[in-house]
Amino acid sequence: MNIDSIKNGIVLDHITAGRGMEIYKSLGLDKLDCSVAIIKNVKSSKMGKKDIIKISDNFEVNFDVLGYIDPDVTVCVIEDGSLKSKHKVELPEKITNIAKCKNPRCITSIEQEIDHVFKLVDREKQIYRCIYCESKLKKN
Amino acid sequence: MRHLIDPMDLSVEDIDRLLDRADDISNYPQKYQEVCKYKKLATLFFEPSTRTRLSFEAAMLELGGSVLGFSSADSSSAAKGESIADTARTVACYADIIAMRHPKEGAPYVASQFVDIPIINAGDGGHNHPTQTLTDLLTIRREKGRLDNFTIGFCGDLKFGRTVHSLIKALSRYENINYVMISPEELQIPEYLKKDVFERKGISFREVERMEEVMPELDIIYMTRVQRERFFNEADYVRLKDSYILDLDKLKNAKEDLSILHPLPRVNEISVKVDSDPRACYFRQALNGKHVRMALIMDLLGVSADEY
Repeated sequence: MNIDSIKNGIVLDHITAGRGMEIYKSLGLDKLDCSVAIIKNVKSSKMGKKDIIKISDNFEVNFDVLGYIDPDVTVCVIEDGSLKSKHKVELPEKITNIAKCKNPRCITSIEQEIDHVFKLVDREKQIYRCIYCESKLKKN
Repeated sequence: MRHLIDPMDLSVEDIDRLLDRADDISNYPQKYQEVCKYKKLATLFFEPSTRTRLSFEAAMLELGGSVLGFSSADSSSAAKGESIADTARTVACYADIIAMRHPKEGAPYVASQFVDIPIINAGDGGHNHPTQTLTDLLTIRREKGRLDNFTIGFCGDLKFGRTVHSLIKALSRYENINYVMISPEELQIPEYLKKDVFERKGISFREVERMEEVMPELDIIYMTRVQRERFFNEADYVRLKDSYILDLDKLKNAKEDLSILHPLPRVNEISVKVDSDPRACYFRQALNGKHVRMALIMDLLGVSADEY
């Protein structure tokens, strides 16, 4: 299968296989006018298989969203057909309005327009807790 | 310290300072009777409470200050749908300090993000109740003369009891405390406490089903209420219910200097016959609650007795 290489834009590489679509939606790539390719289950020597997303335009990547969904992703910036820079993402210390607190007793369940904020409490086990009620965030 | 939202907001030094002040207040109350003159405490109680609200109000009155507020959500603008942020900002125009109880977890924290005056969490749902923790710590220190080197048993509903969780977290910073958890299997302390507090700090603890098994070892027993509806089946409730009721018979094997604590209100988990036993501390504990809240209000308002 052939997907054209891009001249200017972003490549999200090393996406854990199966998470490509979630990243596509969470980063709001569906709202872009440019070409976007999601390539699933690409063979990878390191990962076995992986997903890749190619975006054929400059796009400001939200590293917090990306890091929360998949901290193994590499963001490659392409300019004039060649790799300009590579960035590893990592688990963000805090995520805001990326996930909602599911605890029905949490103040976020009733307070108007409140930010849903979670703090990373255990990097190794990737555990986030709500800053208001301390409930553990369950990743989908 | 600007606000008191979580018991872990308190450092060991903060606790020492507050308990020392509480002791001084108890010994020399006249020194403190005007330190909060012209200051106003707003008690915003979105759900009913007897002793916490009254102890806050009594604390402020004994410091020479005034109190205003409401004691249920029905009598506040919350009934009209006002947000916590708006209520807090409005009340901050009228008062110097706020004590807030709310059924939703994190409500006092939200309030603290919007105002410049100190916010005290007076209980948020099943989450935190830091002034009860201070009360419990003061009681242990007054009864035992120390906050380390003892065996403490927590008895009853250890799964949902926020006072138990907060006290365990606060005590975990002191040395050489043996923890014995006495509860039915269904009501054992939550996994996160076992992992985040005990395992992370390398503190050992024991879980037992019956009070009688461990009574002779305990220096302190912290009683809580076991509610029938928390049990999965009636047979277990019937089998175990008497094991969580402290009576004179069970006290026969206890140490002479055992301290019996209870955050109150009590229903039937401590027999009224125990009340006259010198080891019963729970009504002294209620008085300690007022002293420590006086110390906390002074601390957060930045006032001292030396100025008067």
